[in-house]
Amino acid sequence: MRNERLSSRIVPVLTIVAIIIAIWYLAAIWMNAPFQRDLDRRGNVTSTTMEFVGKTLSQPKPVVPAPHQVVQNVFENTFLRKVTSNRSLVYHSWVTLSSTLAGFAFGTALGVLIAVGIVHVKALDRSLMPWIIASQTVPILAIAPMVVVVLAAVNVTGLIPKALISTYLSFFPVAVGMVKGLRSPDLIHLDLMRTYNASTWQTFWKLRMPASMPFLFTSMKVAVAASLVGAIVAELPTGAAAGIGSKLLAGSYYSQTIDMWAALIAGSLLAAMLVTIVGIGGRVVDRRMGVQAT
Amino acid sequence: MTLLLRSGQGVLTLLLCLVALVRLPLLAPDAPFPFGMETTALILLLIAIGALVSFLPIGRLARVSVLLVTAHLAAWLLIGGISGNEGQARLSYFLLIAASWLLGWRCISELAEIKPSSRQFTMALRLLIPAIFGAWILILWEAITRGAGIPFILLPPPSAIWDRITGSLPILAADVRQTILKAVLFGYLVGCAAGFIVAILADRVAFLRRGLLPIGNLMSALPIIGVAPIMVMWFGFDWQSKAAVVIVMTFFPMLVNTVAGLGASGSIERDLMRSYASGYWQTLCKLRLPAAMPFIFNALKINSTLALIGAIVAEFFGTPIVGMGFRISTEIGRMNVDMVWAEIAVAALIGSVFYGVVALAERATTFWHPSNRGG
Amino acid sequence: MPDHITRTNLRTHRTHGWPHRMTASPASVVSARKLGLTFQTNDGPVHALSDVDLEVEKGDFVSFIGPSGCGKTTFLRVIADLEKNTGGEISVNGMTPEEARKARAYGYVFQAPALYPWRTIENNVALPLEIMEYSKAEQKQRVQRTLDLVNLAGFGNKYPWQLSGGMQQRASIARALAFDADLLLMDEPFGALDEIVRDHLNAQLLKLWATTEKTICFVTHSIPEAVYLSTKIVVMSPRPGRVTDVIESTLPRERPLDIRETPEFLAIAHRVREGLRAGHSYEE
Repeated sequence: MRNERLSSRIVPVLTIVAIIIAIWYLAAIWMNAPFQRDLDRRGNVTSTTMEFVGKTLSQPKPVVPAPHQVVQNVFENTFLRKVTSNRSLVYHSWVTLSSTLAGFAFGTALGVLIAVGIVHVKALDRSLMPWIIASQTVPILAIAPMVVVVLAAVNVTGLIPKALISTYLSFFPVAVGMVKGLRSPDLIHLDLMRTYNASTWQTFWKLRMPASMPFLFTSMKVAVAASLVGAIVAELPTGAAAGIGSKLLAGSYYSQTIDMWAALIAGSLLAAMLVTIVGIGGRVVDRRMGVQAT
Repeated sequence: MTLLLRSGQGVLTLLLCLVALVRLPLLAPDAPFPFGMETTALILLLIAIGALVSFLPIGRLARVSVLLVTAHLAAWLLIGGISGNEGQARLSYFLLIAASWLLGWRCISELAEIKPSSRQFTMALRLLIPAIFGAWILILWEAITRGAGIPFILLPPPSAIWDRITGSLPILAADVRQTILKAVLFGYLVGCAAGFIVAILADRVAFLRRGLLPIGNLMSALPIIGVAPIMVMWFGFDWQSKAAVVIVMTFFPMLVNTVAGLGASGSIERDLMRSYASGYWQTLCKLRLPAAMPFIFNALKINSTLALIGAIVAEFFGTPIVGMGFRISTEIGRMNVDMVWAEIAVAALIGSVFYGVVALAERATTFWHPSNRGG
Repeated sequence: MPDHITRTNLRTHRTHGWPHRMTASPASVVSARKLGLTFQTNDGPVHALSDVDLEVEKGDFVSFIGPSGCGKTTFLRVIADLEKNTGGEISVNGMTPEEARKARAYGYVFQAPALYPWRTIENNVALPLEIMEYSKAEQKQRVQRTLDLVNLAGFGNKYPWQLSGGMQQRASIARALAFDADLLLMDEPFGALDEIVRDHLNAQLLKLWATTEKTICFVTHSIPEAVYLSTKIVVMSPRPGRVTDVIESTLPRERPLDIRETPEFLAIAHRVREGLRAGHSYEE
């Protein structure tokens, strides 16, 4: 039974992934072919179709790198280089990860704090909440390069400016989610606390906080992803020396397409990892709070 | 004692006034245009009146009106007096700014306590309170940047940003045309449409849905913005590459939300359609698509922001010499911070309008949904 | 205007003592005089309660019955200080409802169990005890005792969703009993349960009432339930919410389930039905 459910889930996903990879290969052959044909003509080389296809898939600077080239690049730069090397993806990922985590931690704390304020102070709710919602419609990421450059002008560089942007991006979802969560208890539950003559703090700790936990983790998943995007974009403008963003930018400058794709994959793996960890954290808390297993 | 407890802000405001009075003058002695005796007295008087009125048990509306006038008049005088004296403000100046801010906050608190009697009044309050709050952010920003003489590069005062906006309208318009009207709009429409169509396909073919949905969910958590350099390489420097980034970014939220929305109709309603022997497309059009509307609009709203971000950030990787992202990245290189802020303000405005339009369309089409009723 | 009246009353009470304290009988737990409550809505005022006079004496089991909108739940909420009356006077244990609430004078059982899903049954019952800062040992002992009282011993470490609806509602009754308030306010506690479970719980509730000697105010819309449980039945009617009849039950305190087939029972039920009908025709 369980096995059956697993296969009904896994098989379609794997099939789609296989199709995507197949399309990717075809696209690589098709997009890289003109350049290869040009090259062959100039070098007066004639080759069979199979040889030609092989060559399109092993160019050093292809328009579309083949999946195996990207995988190979990721593998080499992850496992075969020294972690301190400038070419190591682990190193670049770590640089991005550290500012992501710092920003995420501050952003979450700030978001929770603001949500607590909004739920308890009516004036804050009426005045600040509309702005928080409105600010989500603003392309905040556009500020990222400015923050980095401006802070560099006053000699604040490195992790802090990047973390600042991550903080900024991650506090919105947490604040909005937590306001919703802290307000999620039914009226009947609040009335119950009132019949006990519970203080505001008792109501907060015994009712609002536990009730908001699922909301917290849902919004933290969004926040951690946003935080990573913030850190990557913050690495773009300055010609930052390290990080996934700078790797992307360098790749685009020097047409190192394979490096670029590898950096993208590394960023995606990082994102998937972070979201998964937050998800697991959420599930652990859920289980401790006795949430019904589905 | 109860009189004092009525307004904590009032007490604090008076204290600040007192300290400011002791620590006069407001500006450094060598300031070119010092505050006149009368102006200073007027400011102090205004703040004191505001603070004292906040204790009085007169009607709430009367208190609010007095607070509204005194707080903002005092702030206006204080900011007006700083021009030409940038960086010359002393402690007492900031104390008075803080005092008038306290009055402004008191005003907001009082407004928030009002229980409106009519619907129009509710709406007015809902706009007025955040408007005052926003105004105070600008006031504090202006007063602190100019009063303390914060370097222009670090944070320009709002007035300078406004001047820059009004002074470079043609440039801004050209950037908006390039980035918004071409890249964002095209990408948004195509991306959302593609997401929607694939979602319908996935709904029709269960195998496709089971395969695509986990991948779509995963993709919406990934830093898709990173494909920007690749798209620039494929589609060139002009707006087409930005539109491509926008398409990729908007596709997955639309896909995931539409698929979720199509599953949102209740089983009873679906059984009803079954009892009519209604076909797939009939059920889709009459029941499942309307039920999915809130989800689809959710995606449209998320995408309105994502599209702007995608287009602007993609321009960091190379553009012709026009576009909002291009302007931001080049002007920051020249340290023309006010121009950057001007672009950001314009982007913020467009983002809000974009979102607002989608939200209005949502209200018009999904008025029946609980979240829109009785609003 | 009504607001003004309440405020004056509160002030009078604070300085000169409750004016009606002497007239209420010493055993009176809830005493309402000319009680009124008007909600201001966008469509004009709604008179949820008007001119309600009522005495609930110690040890009474009082049922409030009437169609929806007759103010029976509102009346219970006024007693519990979850709503404020806009006219008339009410005292709970000789205090204002607010003072009574602050003195934790009553336990309240809602229509839904309202158990916290993240707490086990034990911890749910312990919730009021935690808030009222009982010692850990005392908490443990009281939780044990009240769970025994509602026949839930052994289910303490289950989560609410692992229990049936009837068991959940029993747990919520245990929670209301845990801190030994003499007054139990129950707002249609068995309304959502099926008839068989409800009969069973009614019998249990009567037993509980006999052993604990509590005063119970019980809102219901079921005539057999009201007659079976109560020593006093308050019939109410809507628009404006008011009391149309108060029936003292002649049934003995000891009531097996089959008492519901006796002529005496049917006579009372008939009178309740007549009262409800009278309240209804009043309007048409």
